[in-house]
Amino acid sequence: MADKVKIKVDHLTKRFGDLLVLDDISFEVKKGEFICVVGPTGCGKTTFLNLLTRIYQPSSGELYIDEEPADPKKHNISFAFQEPSAMPWLTVEENLEFGLKIKKIPKEERKKRVDRILKLLGMENLRNAYPKQLSVSEEQRVIIGRAFSTYPDLLLMDEPYGQMDIKMRFYLEDEVLKLWKEFGSTVIFITHNIEEAIYLAERVLILSNKPAKIKENLEINLSRPRDVTSEEFIELRKYVTDQIKWW
Amino acid sequence: MKVKRKFFEKNDLKYTLMTVLTFVVFLMLWQVLAMNNLIVGEYTPSPSEVLEAFIFKIYNVGPDGNLLITNILTSLQISMSGFVLAVIIGVPLGLLMGWYRLLDRFVRPIFEIIRPIPAVSWIPLMIVWIGVGTEAKAVIIFLTAFIPCVLNSYTGIRQTSQALINVAKVYGASNFYTFLHVGVPSTVPMIFAGMRIALASSWSCLVAAEMLAASAGLGYMINMGRNFGRADVVVLGMIIIGFIGYIFTTVFTVIEKIVVRGGTI
Repeated sequence: MADKVKIKVDHLTKRFGDLLVLDDISFEVKKGEFICVVGPTGCGKTTFLNLLTRIYQPSSGELYIDEEPADPKKHNISFAFQEPSAMPWLTVEENLEFGLKIKKIPKEERKKRVDRILKLLGMENLRNAYPKQLSVSEEQRVIIGRAFSTYPDLLLMDEPYGQMDIKMRFYLEDEVLKLWKEFGSTVIFITHNIEEAIYLAERVLILSNKPAKIKENLEINLSRPRDVTSEEFIELRKYVTDQIKWW
Repeated sequence: MKVKRKFFEKNDLKYTLMTVLTFVVFLMLWQVLAMNNLIVGEYTPSPSEVLEAFIFKIYNVGPDGNLLITNILTSLQISMSGFVLAVIIGVPLGLLMGWYRLLDRFVRPIFEIIRPIPAVSWIPLMIVWIGVGTEAKAVIIFLTAFIPCVLNSYTGIRQTSQALINVAKVYGASNFYTFLHVGVPSTVPMIFAGMRIALASSWSCLVAAEMLAASAGLGYMINMGRNFGRADVVVLGMIIIGFIGYIFTTVFTVIEKIVVRGGTI
């Protein structure tokens, strides 16, 4: 069961007019897997993610979830965006409930899930706070909590820690691993930070320069918790850095 | 934290005193200038004369035939009916136009033509269409208040953050659900700003609207004051219009603070 293919990306191609951004991308993700996507700056990582969420429609190719073409109305997809995306008029609690209400989850169950997330995030005392009253990192944690609250089939994250300092990043990376283990979600995490990718992922997809193709599909077999100062870690980091060099 | 609060309280008091001082200085200056006929001759009433007119108008119907309270209530009824109608029609129209491109393309050409026409220029047509009663005046006020209601809701909803819209989309929300639960709440501060402008302009349009053969109202009282050479009554009408406008703004600010959750976006 652990090896069951959850997500299948099949010959995905995206063109904006004459500009080919993604060129024939195919890969599979197993249920409960944590995948990081890295690539040179401007290679089309965000476009790739927007295709997976169906914010953009592909020029050709398809994305399958459980062998069916992905459909946000049918499948349980979540997205943690790079930019602040907590609803400013909703409290932390209501923000966590936002996706659950769209998915028509009953009230009792909603409350149970929100309580669970708040406890995991250690934010119970901020339950009734508005995003404006939170720090940037707290708001980002609410966004990530909200993404996990629907127990998604597929959770997509687009550099959610891009704006954090290094200390906060380390803390939040551990937190996202904790949530991932707790909920067993399938995660595709996009980042430009190679250290972050190797710290988090079970597998790293390295994209080439635009038009982006999959350059390499790299298994990360380091034990957890991972030590960023260990020799193997540094070696892997160096290797991936060499792979995305375009100069 | 307590120290901070005290600091603010002290500042609040300072600012309130400054506001009061502005009024005192203004009234004193006015009184001195008017008493010495230094403004525009003897027809300019002093504050004390206006105060006398105010007390007189509480109990007497002269020179316009109504008590002051009757004039105030009549004006409030006209401006409120025009304003409320403008909000009920204008805000949803602006929101829908801003969200649904097809409706925007359909309505906007007509709206853009009507927009620059001053509301008072509709007066002759209103007389022909619906006479000179309360309805005609309310329609003039409606036309004044309608434009900012539509414009602000329209502009506000078009500025909804794409990231917030995408959050709802990814969860599989329908376009209408996204409109209702993301578009509309994110526009609330702009809707309020529009309503505030609409309220101010509907109230200030009152005098013009009440030129339509009225028999009561603050605008009517001002017109009668002019006809009878009672400058004190004219100024009293002006001050009351200003004062009620100020109360409106204050009440509106309080309502806005309650309704706009989580602060300005």
